[in-house]
Amino acid sequence: MKVLCAMSGGVDSSVAAHLLQGAGHDVVGVTMKLWGGATDTGCCSVSDVDDARRVAQQLDIDHLVFNFGDDFDRGVVGPYVDAHVAGQTPNPCIECNRTVKFARLAERADALGFDAVATGHHAQVGRTADGRYTLLRGADPAKDQSYVVHMLDQARLARTLFPVGSMAKSQVRSIAADLDLRTAAKPDSQDVCFITSTGGRTAFLGDRIEMRPGRVVDTAGDEVGTVPAVEMVTVGQRKGLGLPGGGPKRYVLDVDVARAKVIVGDDADLMRSTEQVRDLTWIDEPVDGTVRVQASAHGATHLAELSIVDRTAGEITWLNPQRRIAPGQSVVFYDDADRGVLGGGRVAH
Amino acid sequence: MADTAALTYLDHAASTPMRAGAIEAMTPFFAEQYANASGAHRFARQSRKAVDESRDRVAAVLGCQPNEVVFTGCGTESDNMAVFGAVHAHGGRPVCSAAEHHAVLHPVEQLDGIVVGVDAAGAIDIDALRTALVAASDVSIVSVMAVNNEVGTVTDLEEVAAVVRRHAPNALLHTDAVQAACWLDLRTLTPHVDLLSLSAHKFGGPKGVGVLAEIGGPRIAPLIVGGGQERDRRSGTHNTGGIVAAAVALEETDAERSTEGVRLRELSNRLVKGLQAQLSDVIETVPVERKVAGSAHVCIAGVESESLLFLLDQANVCASAASACASGAMDPSHVLAAMGVDRDVALGSLRLSLGHTTTAADVDRAIDVIVPAVEQLRTAATQRTAQRR
Repeated sequence: MKVLCAMSGGVDSSVAAHLLQGAGHDVVGVTMKLWGGATDTGCCSVSDVDDARRVAQQLDIDHLVFNFGDDFDRGVVGPYVDAHVAGQTPNPCIECNRTVKFARLAERADALGFDAVATGHHAQVGRTADGRYTLLRGADPAKDQSYVVHMLDQARLARTLFPVGSMAKSQVRSIAADLDLRTAAKPDSQDVCFITSTGGRTAFLGDRIEMRPGRVVDTAGDEVGTVPAVEMVTVGQRKGLGLPGGGPKRYVLDVDVARAKVIVGDDADLMRSTEQVRDLTWIDEPVDGTVRVQASAHGATHLAELSIVDRTAGEITWLNPQRRIAPGQSVVFYDDADRGVLGGGRVAH
Repeated sequence: MADTAALTYLDHAASTPMRAGAIEAMTPFFAEQYANASGAHRFARQSRKAVDESRDRVAAVLGCQPNEVVFTGCGTESDNMAVFGAVHAHGGRPVCSAAEHHAVLHPVEQLDGIVVGVDAAGAIDIDALRTALVAASDVSIVSVMAVNNEVGTVTDLEEVAAVVRRHAPNALLHTDAVQAACWLDLRTLTPHVDLLSLSAHKFGGPKGVGVLAEIGGPRIAPLIVGGGQERDRRSGTHNTGGIVAAAVALEETDAERSTEGVRLRELSNRLVKGLQAQLSDVIETVPVERKVAGSAHVCIAGVESESLLFLLDQANVCASAASACASGAMDPSHVLAAMGVDRDVALGSLRLSLGHTTTAADVDRAIDVIVPAVEQLRTAATQRTAQRR
């Protein structure tokens, strides 16, 4: 097959390109230039592009750089800022996969005559007996990234490869070291690529939106503290609320951005028996009934009853009440075995 | 290494193949004649003679005095030296056009200079230049390129000079003539300017050699200081072989210029007309009468440059779009933006640039590759739009 391998300059995608080559595919590496601003942790700094290019040279494959900066601004950075303005908690890595990697890049790959797009994600594409595609967790439980690629559908899965998804991370690093790739010992990226570790989220958002101070009130409506920026507060947050020490632990129950108000309460107040979900996507057909729900990239799953209104909206009812999930966060549904992704979406406000 | 025999190379504005005469002339200076041209012995004096002879030859092509020629490390260095050197020596602010190469534009921006708009073809808007110079009393240098590196537009430097001399009599006038050497008689440019930049690899010379001509003598501060080479204008050990090769390449280019201009004008017209005959919505970015003979810059509707360049690359056709940024990604062209070209149209820009090795067969092969590539991308775009409905 002709495969376009997205190479971020990290070890996983470096080894992915090598494995594809070994499997006899005709491989071209591509690094996406997504962000023109300051970056120190991300996947599109000049030094990361240098790493990807050097690895491609060592593997003797062609390497391209595509500039998808406009798409990234439109599909990832803009919505990230808007979500904070609306008091929601976005997941930009998921939006990048949804709007850039598995949309813009994949469509370009199709147009250029590639049969598949590969990435270094730790996830696996499977086939059922009747030929349907499945999306499974990566073999290394600590590195599993099925949560962030849950938006793939049958048509896209048919043209997607995750060459390192069946491997342990240690194995990936050892292959890279054997090949003397300069990315072999490169640390995993941890944070949002367009946010610098020096300025952080506050500096990034502060440059783009007007942050408003907020009142922190308890469930009775009495003011108990203040926050410098209500846009920075997330449901479930416990620190940085200007609350006096001692007393019971208090959590953010809700953020009312319009009124610049943060409501806090104790652990019990945070518990919910249901969550509304929207923007649902499905690996195959929509699913009703008992599912395992994961609400963060590496969080545990909890059993819930999923009832869908239509393909894009529904409600989950927890088997046992769970802490409220911040609006805007992605939830992903897994099968009974907690291995196969069924679909996912975002928690409604 | 790529098999160059199989390549159709239409990226001469990026770099040109070296002329055989230039390679031959430079080779002895690596293995045999390796002495430092600034040395105190006879072996060194031979190197020095080669540098000085080369200076005479470059000066003859430029129509200036040999002691007005400064050899630098590249075109970018020459441009940087002009802008930074003028401001360091005289203070004040630099002025340039919005379509300048980044080697001029970024220094001007760094120095808080004035960037003047361009017309629809990419040449400086002469009325806007006049207005800017009348409004600002502290302009120390005006930099206006002779030929644009992306779209090939020629600027009338005589007209620019008249405005600068009248409204900013104390300002120096610099021209980035890096893309001009193959196409314009440089003797016709030097009378109008104080400073002029060249880059050897754009005219069949080696990479790593530039020229800054200081017409009328040194009036700016040097950029690189140290051992005092080049009469204190540019320190650093002479790249003797490179300088020798640059002079040979410039002389050969100068000698062939008028015949090559006619030949390559025909070929670039054949290329653009050939594409337009087989493809709809191929816009020639700059009218033929306003650009140099080797430039065939087009904007092709319904395709993206990055995709088109990949398909061309797969078929061994070398071309480019806009200038590449640090990461190697194609940045949206600041030149097309300054010209007022719609961003959607600019997305499909393709810079095909011809040079001394280009043949009719290259042009015909390029047409044969570009046409189906554009059709493939347009079909894919139509299918994608249909699927979304």
